[in-house]
Amino acid sequence: MAVGKSIIRKEAWDKVTGRAKYTNDFKEQGMLHASLVTSPYAHARILSLEARRALAAPGVHAVVTGEGLPLTGEDMRDRPPIAVDKVRYYGEVVAVVVADTLAQAEQAARLVRVVYEPLPAVGSPREALKEGAPLLHEHLDRYEKNKTTHPEPGTNVAHRTKIRKGNIEQGFAESDVIVETSVSFAPSDHIAMETRCATAEIWPDGTIHISASSQSPFMIKKLLHTYFGEETGKVIVHTPLVGGAYGGKAPVQLELLAYLASKAVGGRKVSVWNSREHDMVTSPVHIGLEATVKIGATKEGLFKAMEILFLFDGGAYSDKAIDVSRAAAVDCTGPYHVENVFCDSLCVYTNRPYATPFRSFGHCEQAFAVERAIDELARTLQLDPWEVRRKNAIRPGHTTPTQVRLTKSNVGNISACLDRLRELMRWDEWQRVEVDAYTVRAKGISSGWKTSTIDTDASSGVILTFNSDGSVNVISGVVEIGTGTKTVLAQIVAERLKMDVDCVHVKMDIDTQTTPEHWKTVASRGTFMAGRAALAAADDAIRQLKDIAACVLRASPDDLEVGFGRVFLRDDPAIFLPIKDIAYGYKFPNGNAIGGQVIGRGRYILRHLTPLDPETGAGKPGPEWGVCAEGVEIEFNRRDYTYRIVKAYAVIDAGKVLNPKAALGQAMGAMSMGLSFSSREGFLFDNEQRVLNPQLRTYRPIRFGEHPEYIVEFVETPQIDAPYGARGIGEHGLIGMPAALANALSLAAGVPLNELPLVPELIWRTQKGDSYGSV
Amino acid sequence: MEETTKRELVLHVNGERRSIVTRQAETLLFVLRDGLGLTGAKPGCLNGDCGACTVLVDGTPIKSCMMLAIETVGKEITSIEGLDDAPIQHAFVRHFAFQCGYCTPGFIMNAHALIERHPNADEATIQEWLESNICRCTSYQEIEAAVKEVLEAKKAKPTDP
Amino acid sequence: MVPFDFAYYRPQSIAEATALFAALERDGKRPLYYGGGTEIITLSRLNLVRTAAVIDIKSIPECRALEASADPLVLGAALALGELEEANPFPLLTKAAREVADRTARNQITLGGNICGQIFYRETALPLFVAEADVIIAGPYGIRQCRFLDLFHQQLQLGRGEFVVQFKVDRATATLPHFHRKRRKQGEVGYPLVTIAALKKDGTVRVALSGICPFPFRSADVEAHLNDRNRPVGERIQAAVDAFPRPILHDIEGSADYRLFVAAQLLEDMLRELGDGETV
Ligand SMILES: Cc1cc2nc3c(=O)[nH]c(=O)nc-3n(C[C@H](O)[C@H](O)[C@H](O)COP(=O)(O)OP(=O)(O)OC[C@H]3O[C@@H](n4cnc5c(N)ncnc54)[C@H](O)[C@@H]3O)c2cc1C
Ligand code: FES
Ligand code: FES
Repeated sequence: MAVGKSIIRKEAWDKVTGRAKYTNDFKEQGMLHASLVTSPYAHARILSLEARRALAAPGVHAVVTGEGLPLTGEDMRDRPPIAVDKVRYYGEVVAVVVADTLAQAEQAARLVRVVYEPLPAVGSPREALKEGAPLLHEHLDRYEKNKTTHPEPGTNVAHRTKIRKGNIEQGFAESDVIVETSVSFAPSDHIAMETRCATAEIWPDGTIHISASSQSPFMIKKLLHTYFGEETGKVIVHTPLVGGAYGGKAPVQLELLAYLASKAVGGRKVSVWNSREHDMVTSPVHIGLEATVKIGATKEGLFKAMEILFLFDGGAYSDKAIDVSRAAAVDCTGPYHVENVFCDSLCVYTNRPYATPFRSFGHCEQAFAVERAIDELARTLQLDPWEVRRKNAIRPGHTTPTQVRLTKSNVGNISACLDRLRELMRWDEWQRVEVDAYTVRAKGISSGWKTSTIDTDASSGVILTFNSDGSVNVISGVVEIGTGTKTVLAQIVAERLKMDVDCVHVKMDIDTQTTPEHWKTVASRGTFMAGRAALAAADDAIRQLKDIAACVLRASPDDLEVGFGRVFLRDDPAIFLPIKDIAYGYKFPNGNAIGGQVIGRGRYILRHLTPLDPETGAGKPGPEWGVCAEGVEIEFNRRDYTYRIVKAYAVIDAGKVLNPKAALGQAMGAMSMGLSFSSREGFLFDNEQRVLNPQLRTYRPIRFGEHPEYIVEFVETPQIDAPYGARGIGEHGLIGMPAALANALSLAAGVPLNELPLVPELIWRTQKGDSYGSV
Repeated sequence: MEETTKRELVLHVNGERRSIVTRQAETLLFVLRDGLGLTGAKPGCLNGDCGACTVLVDGTPIKSCMMLAIETVGKEITSIEGLDDAPIQHAFVRHFAFQCGYCTPGFIMNAHALIERHPNADEATIQEWLESNICRCTSYQEIEAAVKEVLEAKKAKPTDP
Repeated sequence: MVPFDFAYYRPQSIAEATALFAALERDGKRPLYYGGGTEIITLSRLNLVRTAAVIDIKSIPECRALEASADPLVLGAALALGELEEANPFPLLTKAAREVADRTARNQITLGGNICGQIFYRETALPLFVAEADVIIAGPYGIRQCRFLDLFHQQLQLGRGEFVVQFKVDRATATLPHFHRKRRKQGEVGYPLVTIAALKKDGTVRVALSGICPFPFRSADVEAHLNDRNRPVGERIQAAVDAFPRPILHDIEGSADYRLFVAAQLLEDMLRELGDGETV
């Protein structure tokens, strides 16, 4: 009925008429505004901070600084919410100025005088790991951390994940050829069009009201408790529509500043709203990477061993970067069967903006490294890169790097994806053609997979209530960040209740006091977890409806069905009760009533997830592996090194497509993001690690007209546990794009291109044999 | 200085006369959003780079983050709230031409003006106009389909001059 | 968002504008003439511009003049680049304008603002250099007309209180064969790595560049090399590149050596397109 149809998103008309509201659209008389004072140095001691002139400026209520605040961080508490004593990255917050208007706050922020003593700045993971490199955190041993975080005090290593599977020496010994490839890219940014925003207000009764453009409203509650001892029951977080997130709004940062600012002004409402510049560097960014991949294989191209070193550029604070580095390790090989795996994945501190999840959560990064190496292997062996991938494709019965045995349900069908990609791309017809003296066309491919490494006890809840006309309201803690998940939940509920999806309403915004918790709106888990909870809630409602109807119709509930707005007798649908007559209890003609209102409750928690063994990495990190095969076709000019992305392909195992057009949109949007990242995005740093391009003027994402033609198809290998078999698809489109683009360009230019972004100058320089340093 | 900073302005917004007391240095974007409660136009960069703040002034798309409200006195301002069931709104919905929706008001206003000004727009003109806006969620292919559909429909059924 | 306050004036005549400027200057307001305002507004936010008064020149009829059929052509300094594109009085200028910023921004950015602003690419200056346009300037001492090139040394040398009213371009020159190319680091929108504008008059090419140095330029030396038909094209280009003012920009858009590589190729393209049958 509703599942499998391109249902238009519920909030569509709000969004095309300007009625849709985001956090910063809610304005209130008397609300105060904050401006952030940030560090112009990437590494420096704060010698003094003088706020007197700022405090005396018109409209200013407070200047909040960092003394006495607890350290924060989700896996390891290494970050002061406002820097004290030392700044560790360019753009780090050193003070928050609160004033009547934003203009006044910004004016006053310029009057805060901070004296710094610059320290040598660490610029990349390899630099940070060098003997004698400046240490970012002298007291790494003293930080509070969770059990799964393994920092290495005395170094800049915040965490190391080890994957040890099989016998790596033996694997290489059995190999005919060993290829080693190193890749790298600098940190970049999510660039959600809505910059992050949070407001906080503390009421006289002690309740703390936060409004935030966040993927983690429920986490904000918990963290205000963990960090500041606030009672979770007194923290109420409101999240309206979110204007793009892509992982960047999963961490909790501005919310803490808003809370502190409100506290400083007697609980008045304060808004902290990032400028674009602050959103790009002060708030967490997309992680950078330096990696080396060594593949051992037989002459026929069968993988025997993979040794992988990921050095993730976690930036100045570990926060969620630890998790990202772990996620890449967990799936380090890509969707291939490799018996002998040795991987070290390090989350390294550098004096750069701190990192956080970026759509695909470590997987486009992983894929870029490994898929480049696979192309190099194929080239060395003079084998077809598609063949090599197909030959090694992972299947049920194989084990993952963390030694999870795969089944037909918990992994998608990578072979089917690769086969279809080959047809779609007409791979066999040509892979490189010289069109004229300068123009070359070339194709590149990549596979990808991903499991969602989320907390083992993450859960999701859904509540269904009814309206007096029999229509339903779905209340879920999934944040509508643009993925359309709320609409998909409505489809799932409509399907189960056999109801017109127009009669299923969704509560768009989140209010943590009334919305059941959904862990975080990340990791493509919305549809899976909230979907399961929605099904459970629908079943619960059905049970209640049947109970009431059974009484009235004098039939066993087992003989009743719910559908089409009615509860009816299975063997004689003419005998029925409209849902609207029983959703609030049934009233007999004499006025007596039974039942009361129907409230469907559903919940879901992932089962059997385990933390990784610290020595071998063995463990079950996520519920299932979604897979994809992707390709890019480019036209490259050998004279001037410019190129055009002509076509981009993706074949994704969706399990089951619940909403075809929405799924397509998710896939294409992710692909666009991946192509933009790999072809033109990345922060540029000077020698002191200051970011030189924290603006959209100079950090330029892909624009209209620069987009290729997108060709996307889905394979459907159901995951038995998932609602209607659907797998996460919001991220897969991105995973293969950087590697596929780099593979195509490497083939076209005839040199290995192992750095991002792939701007013409990089290709020119690589071909000339120069190293491409920062300017 | 006080006497020179704030001033009462009478603006014509979406067919209505709206009067507002505001700083002379205030941008149209902030006056629309904070002064007049029209939050459809979005701040994305305040630097002229993203197009989320696009509104029409006398039918021409402009980036309201870099125009003063006071400059628009005597001109007709149209924000997304002023569109009345425009074909482009329907096309955006039909083609799933947005996800998070944050760039949408700006994109729609620009596309709407393009369609009105250049009903016969060719590929180059469409690109020239629409590259002014950044969308981070979609692939642009959906937006392209929406805009082209409206242009086609317009060509098929020319309205009276 | 302009965090500080300023007063906004909108004079209706040149005389009113210059008088206002003088009065505001006397009051210590450090006034700025205001064209599209895009740079004043966006740089104020970044603390790179500060003023207590702006004088909008968009209501001054002379600044809004667009005489496309006159000879010389008259181009008002307060015309938006988008308006110039649509009217297309001077095709090379249209091409240069069309590559600045993006279309919506060009509905606001003015010709005068592009040339007088701080952002140093000033790409619409290039066509005016090679067309040997005149510039009309108004100021406290009245109105003067000069050769644009003579008054442009890295930037337009305006006296305090002066502003650009118009440009005048010889009509025949405006229709000469020309060449324009802008190359960016990547993509179709953004600052230039190298922009080149050229036109050919009486068998010689005139060429101007932006993106090479932190100012746009036209150089007699560069042109002399390019027009030196006695030498092979490769050598001419190399000599021209060597004659570029130094230092060459080396920044986030691109390194100095890459810029020169791109510039040399664009010069080659230019000669091929404008050259009479030369083989490159
Ligand atoms: C989004 C964006 C992208 C850009 N991309 C490019 C690009 O690709 N290439 C490029 O060359 N430039 C680019 N620029 C720079 C732009 O052309 C300049 O900032 C220009 O100044 C803006 O014109 P305006 O009319 O808005 O100037 P305003 O903000 O009005 O004025 C800027 C300065 O020029 C002075 N001024 C303005 N008009 C006159 C006049 N008639 N006489 C004397 N002084 C005057 C003002 O006093 C002020 O100091 C870009 C700007 C933006 C906002
Ligand atoms: S907010 Fe105006 S262009 Fe970005
Ligand atoms: S729909 Fe999210 S930015 Fe365009």
